Amino acid sequence: MEILMALLIGILFMTATYLMLSKSLLRIIIGTGLLSHGAHLLLLTMGGLKRGAAPLLGEHAPSYVDPLPQALILTAIVISFGVTAFFLVVAYRAYQELGTDNMDRLRGKEGHE
Amino acid sequence: MNNLIILPILIPLITGVVLIFFAKNIIAQRWISAISGMITIVVSFMLANHVYVNGIQTMDLSNWEAPYGITLVSDMLSALLVLTTSIIAFGAVIYSFKSIGEARERFFYYPVVNFLIVGVNGAFTTGDIFNLFVFFEVMLMSSYVLLVLGGTKIQLRESIKYILVNVISSALFVIAVAYLYSVVGTLNMAHISVRLSEVGSAGIITVIAVLFLIVFGLKGAIFPLYFWLPGSYYAPPAPVMALFGALLTKVGVYSITRTYTLFFYHDAGYTHQLLQILAILTIITGAIGALAYTDIKKIIIYNIIVAVGVILFGVSVLTPESLTGSVFYLIHDMNIKATLFLLVGIIVVITGTSDLNKISGMINRYPALGWTFFIATLALAGIPPLSGFAGKLMIVRSGFETESYIGAFVVLMSSLLVLFSVMRIFIRGFWGTPRAYKNEDEAPVKWLLVTPAILTVFAVLYGFGTEAIYPVISTAAETLANPEIYINAVLKE
Repeated sequence: MEILMALLIGILFMTATYLMLSKSLLRIIIGTGLLSHGAHLLLLTMGGLKRGAAPLLGEHAPSYVDPLPQALILTAIVISFGVTAFFLVVAYRAYQELGTDNMDRLRGKEGHE
Repeated sequence: MNNLIILPILIPLITGVVLIFFAKNIIAQRWISAISGMITIVVSFMLANHVYVNGIQTMDLSNWEAPYGITLVSDMLSALLVLTTSIIAFGAVIYSFKSIGEARERFFYYPVVNFLIVGVNGAFTTGDIFNLFVFFEVMLMSSYVLLVLGGTKIQLRESIKYILVNVISSALFVIAVAYLYSVVGTLNMAHISVRLSEVGSAGIITVIAVLFLIVFGLKGAIFPLYFWLPGSYYAPPAPVMALFGALLTKVGVYSITRTYTLFFYHDAGYTHQLLQILAILTIITGAIGALAYTDIKKIIIYNIIVAVGVILFGVSVLTPESLTGSVFYLIHDMNIKATLFLLVGIIVVITGTSDLNKISGMINRYPALGWTFFIATLALAGIPPLSGFAGKLMIVRSGFETESYIGAFVVLMSSLLVLFSVMRIFIRGFWGTPRAYKNEDEAPVKWLLVTPAILTVFAVLYGFGTEAIYPVISTAAETLANPEIYINAVLKE
């Protein structure tokens, strides 16, 4: 299972890198989304993929899962949603204002209008 | 257990929330943010005093004890940084009243500044590595908004780069935390340190150390990772620039200091050597940048990079004296960078340009501005009685003692180049033939000069009072040099 996850995470990172190297702003944003998903899955995998009952003390299960990685990715997912939404809005405003979503043409002279 | 710790986070948070309801009432917004800023300063001062008298204070959120719950820890270093942050934030808010413009004030400028302070103070205070990530995100989210607020072309363009860089570094942060969690199985920073010392010096720990260096280095702008900084910091208006320059990079520097003194001190041969080389290169590239431009904003921005290098060189030497020097210099630099950016903001308001070739002879009409700027530049370069001197002296001396001759020499030379780069602004901008500028008569110079003047006074007092402040700073450095103090305070063993 861990190996499968590792492969999946690798593919996500690969796709994210490819997308982020492209010129279109929208593709870059999708790339950052995939990158954070890869990071979240990595966090889950690194916490250990255990089978067991929900970590509620008092239920006498033979083993419990580790709740911490799940709590962590929950937080990280919310944050990445927020940032992605904000990024999309900024990209749209930039498209309106600058008239292009091509990263090459977005490059102005540094420090000037 | 001490509830004072959370107040510098809670007060700006509540203020920010309340201010959202007063979005259209600018006068109310100003009053509320000024008053809450003042309360935050008082509370931070009480906290710092309490920590100095009673030692490290901790607070377990919801009473979940140390290794399990999130712990807020206030040692001398974080208490001092919280105090400095509160003072600078208050100054920037007061300065904003007459410089940021009504359009931005209507669009939630003050609430966002308060949320930025929540993030910065939280990052300084937290004792939990994942909680550090969360406070980083609070801080970054606010900084995205502050950077793009106003929506001019240059701001939008630079925001996209800035957000992209920080999203990637956040993903790397999660990855680094994931690896660390898989090795030590805990997130409490004191507990991580204990577990890591049990593991010893395995290869994976070095990998994690370098990953953290990349993550925090991106925020703190160390040598190969500073490329986004000059462009992004150029875009927003002066008070925002002061907040960014004084606070954001310093949070990265603080995080490197914390992790490299608390976690990764076992295999110092590799990681700290790397940090040292990068710090030296950071100083050199920063100095080159500061000399290369004739744009006053750019010169000050590159000086941020130089200062980051100097502080991290002190951290990488890792002796009690060099750490004391770094803490000294860190606090000095936060103060003086805010001052300089605010002063540069005034010059831009008066002249309407930041190009040094179009400015000259300002000292005739604005002597107070000129001399404040002069003192601030002397303090920046570390001319003896002023505030930059003591820290740099200690860093250089311990650099020579531990035979890091190249680094110590570069730090020494950097003072000269820094002095030259900012003195150029003074000589070319303030001396020479006076010119007429378009905004000369409307510019509210007197009001704007109040906060940078007060901050300059702080810089002078900080320099002259080195003897008096030394015990406080050395308490902070002592915690950094001996992680056991921190661990014992948090885990209460």
